[in-house]
Amino acid sequence: MQRWTLHIAVALWLSVLFGLKLGVRPPMPASVLMIYMTLTTIGILVFVAANEERFQAFLAPLKAVFAGRAPKAAQIAVLAGIPLLAGWGAWLRTAPSLDAPFEPRVVHPEPPTSFSSHGKRIDAATLKNPLRAAQEKNPAELEKLTQQGKTIYYQNCFFCHGDALAGDGHFANAFSPIPANFRDVGTISMLQESFVYWRVATGGPGLPKGATPWLSAMPVWQNFLSEDEIWKAILYIYAGSGSTPRTWDEEGGHEKH
Amino acid sequence: MASPTDAPSAFAALKGTYKGVLKISLMLAATYLVAQSLSSWLPAADYRQFFGLSNRTTVWIVAELHLMFAAFVLGVPIFAVITELVGAVTKEKRYDDLAKEFTRLLAMAYTLTAVLGCVLLVLFVVLYPKLTGYLSGLFKPTWLVYLVLIFGEVIIAYLYWYSWDLLQGPRKKWHLLLGLLVNLWGTALLFVADIWVTFMMSPAGIDDAGKLTSLWAAINNPTWMPINIHRLLANVAFGGSIAAAYGAVRFLNAKTDEERARFDWMGYIGSFIAIAAFIPLPFAGYWLGREIYQFSQQMGVSMMGGSFAWLWILQAMLIGSLFLASNFYLWLGMGRIPGAERYVKFQIPMMILLTIGFIVWATPRSIIASGAEMSAMGGSHHPFLGLFGVMAAKNTAVNLMILTTFFSFMLYRRGNRVATVSWAAAGKIAQALAIAAAAGVVLGYGIYSYYVPSNIRIGFSVYQVSAVLAAMAVFVAIDIPLLKGAKEIGAIRWGQIPARAQYALFFLAISFTWLMGLMGYIRSGIRQYWHIYGRVADESVNAYTMTHGHATIIVSIITVIFFLLVSVVFWMASRNDPREAAK
Ligand code: HEC
Repeated sequence: MQRWTLHIAVALWLSVLFGLKLGVRPPMPASVLMIYMTLTTIGILVFVAANEERFQAFLAPLKAVFAGRAPKAAQIAVLAGIPLLAGWGAWLRTAPSLDAPFEPRVVHPEPPTSFSSHGKRIDAATLKNPLRAAQEKNPAELEKLTQQGKTIYYQNCFFCHGDALAGDGHFANAFSPIPANFRDVGTISMLQESFVYWRVATGGPGLPKGATPWLSAMPVWQNFLSEDEIWKAILYIYAGSGSTPRTWDEEGGHEKH
Repeated sequence: MASPTDAPSAFAALKGTYKGVLKISLMLAATYLVAQSLSSWLPAADYRQFFGLSNRTTVWIVAELHLMFAAFVLGVPIFAVITELVGAVTKEKRYDDLAKEFTRLLAMAYTLTAVLGCVLLVLFVVLYPKLTGYLSGLFKPTWLVYLVLIFGEVIIAYLYWYSWDLLQGPRKKWHLLLGLLVNLWGTALLFVADIWVTFMMSPAGIDDAGKLTSLWAAINNPTWMPINIHRLLANVAFGGSIAAAYGAVRFLNAKTDEERARFDWMGYIGSFIAIAAFIPLPFAGYWLGREIYQFSQQMGVSMMGGSFAWLWILQAMLIGSLFLASNFYLWLGMGRIPGAERYVKFQIPMMILLTIGFIVWATPRSIIASGAEMSAMGGSHHPFLGLFGVMAAKNTAVNLMILTTFFSFMLYRRGNRVATVSWAAAGKIAQALAIAAAAGVVLGYGIYSYYVPSNIRIGFSVYQVSAVLAAMAVFVAIDIPLLKGAKEIGAIRWGQIPARAQYALFFLAISFTWLMGLMGYIRSGIRQYWHIYGRVADESVNAYTMTHGHATIIVSIITVIFFLLVSVVFWMASRNDPREAAK
């Protein structure tokens, strides 16, 4: 077994590469594959080098090739193979491609300290959902507001954000970035309602410069909906996707449920 | 600075301390004079520049270097004293020698810390006169406390060093007391310095006009305590890694087997301290992050989700590499332990776990994809990779990596020992169960957290951490009686470790340093265009967030300068080594 260390390492590396390339559907972007393969390489090398015997066994065939002790065929394969691989890599890097360039993207851009909505300046730090107040005192009232929010959602948001609030409405695939999936744990469930209000009221155009390129199709809802309607829609997207807004006092231990 | 072995007398100890105090007094007096004369001589301004150098970059580099040396001189005494205590309790001279070896590194580092601190002070006054004026007005009383603490620290630290050989035997307890005082003073210094930094991030205790309403509220601002704890732990980890690197340098330069053995052991202890202090660090960081979010959603989001998010990928890469490097070091170290061959078979599954953990840990939340790739994925979100991008997956991965590293260490510990107690088999099964249970809890909650909303999910990380900590405690609690009176297969062959293991120690030290620089940049950078967040805006030309490329290059430059300076410290320290001098 020990004797074959190098071969096993190479075979393992190749099988991870092909496993990730062919086994993952939809295919993963090259940037991620690159990270994964780098880590796999490091993992294999560190493992090999972490034991003296293993390391020597790993090096032995390489030493044999470079000292001219290995069979001719192996020597030729290695000595010709390395420059050929390097050349192939160079070709892959420089070959012209018709692909659109990379677009680094930020999932949640930082909110401004204050923004304007419905002709007023709103302080993002102190903004709270005024309708939430009904939550403790009058759950039935909250339910009614949420139902009204549902109507608003279906009249306005549904086309993009989808029936199941999963970001897969009829228009969804026409946009890049695609509409947010509210069921994903990484979207509204990790945001405070004030953040969500900001995003809904100011839409794609309201995104800060630092977050470009966004090209977001999310409309500026303050132009079409009243403050109340936006808050109701927000109540619904949380309730409908089975999530709750992020709040800090609850996590601090003063549990309210 | 001469070695205490020259003449172990009370007179020499006092003389050395006196010189140290004189040195720091002269330095502070010179700083005061330079700062005063420069600010009266230069034309009045809100901001100034130095020969066209950006004032931000200048202050950044000097402040970070000062902080690194300060971290080193505050971190090292913590474990120097613990090592000394171990030596006093076990009556093993080698621990006392090691503690002294650690302390030897401090002498020169203190001087560098002080010089950098003085330069920094002058830079503040000269380059940021308005802000510095405002802050020092607010915090005048703390400056006085700080000054007193500096003198106290210098006096006690020098006494600690110079009285090492004097206070031996029955007088050891006094020396230990000095060591304790060095640490109390050092910690107080750190806490005071943190006041100013944290106030700039999360100001409190001032009214709308910026006038002080409560000094205590300003001091005890939301991020003060989290930063104090975070830095305290990081200092120990950082100090340990630098001390280990010193051991590695000496090992690689060693001429005799005796020396090789000594410094191999020093490197091992240093790296052990670094890793032990490193493990709780993410939790302290989590607390800090929470306070930041709570103080300002804007600051929190720009840190984790916004423009700074990319830097966390770098951080994840470095932390993952730290785990790999420390396992690598332990495994190579097992090569010098007779009997440890028995445990080599565990390395395959452990490596697989570590690599997969690393892969999950490093999966970006926002994926970089070309247009064609994006349409293949049906958007910027990959259904499968998206699962790995979120915090829940990362917490799970990192907890499993911590558990694996802990297990590596435990195998290392029992390398050459065979338990002889009658219940050995049962004990080992219980230990295996503890680890398996913790892994089960971590994985279980990790998977479950995809099904619950975020405010519940966040609580899960606490369960995961508790499970890991509990498993570690159970394991160790069984291990101690289990290995009592164990049969030794053979003595550890200190010094017989491949040279590449020492490079893992360098890697550890460099990664810690770079990581500190990077995290410091994020902490400071998320204030964006504010000097004092939300209160005093940065009105200089530098009120912009630089590109990540630019920022990381500066962090790298700082790291390089730091290691150049550290080389000087190492060189001075090995020159002062009496054994070296005897040759
Ligand atoms: C024209 C399509 C479209 C419509 C209609 C639309 N959205 Fe969006 N929405 C998007 C897109 C695209 C994104 C993702 C890009 C972005 O964040 O700007 C998005 C993002 C969001 C986000 C941000 C989620 C996050 O995690 O940051 C929220 C909240 C949101 N939409 C709410 C709504 C609500 C409420 C409505 C209805 C009142 C609505 N949207 C209607 C396209 C749309």
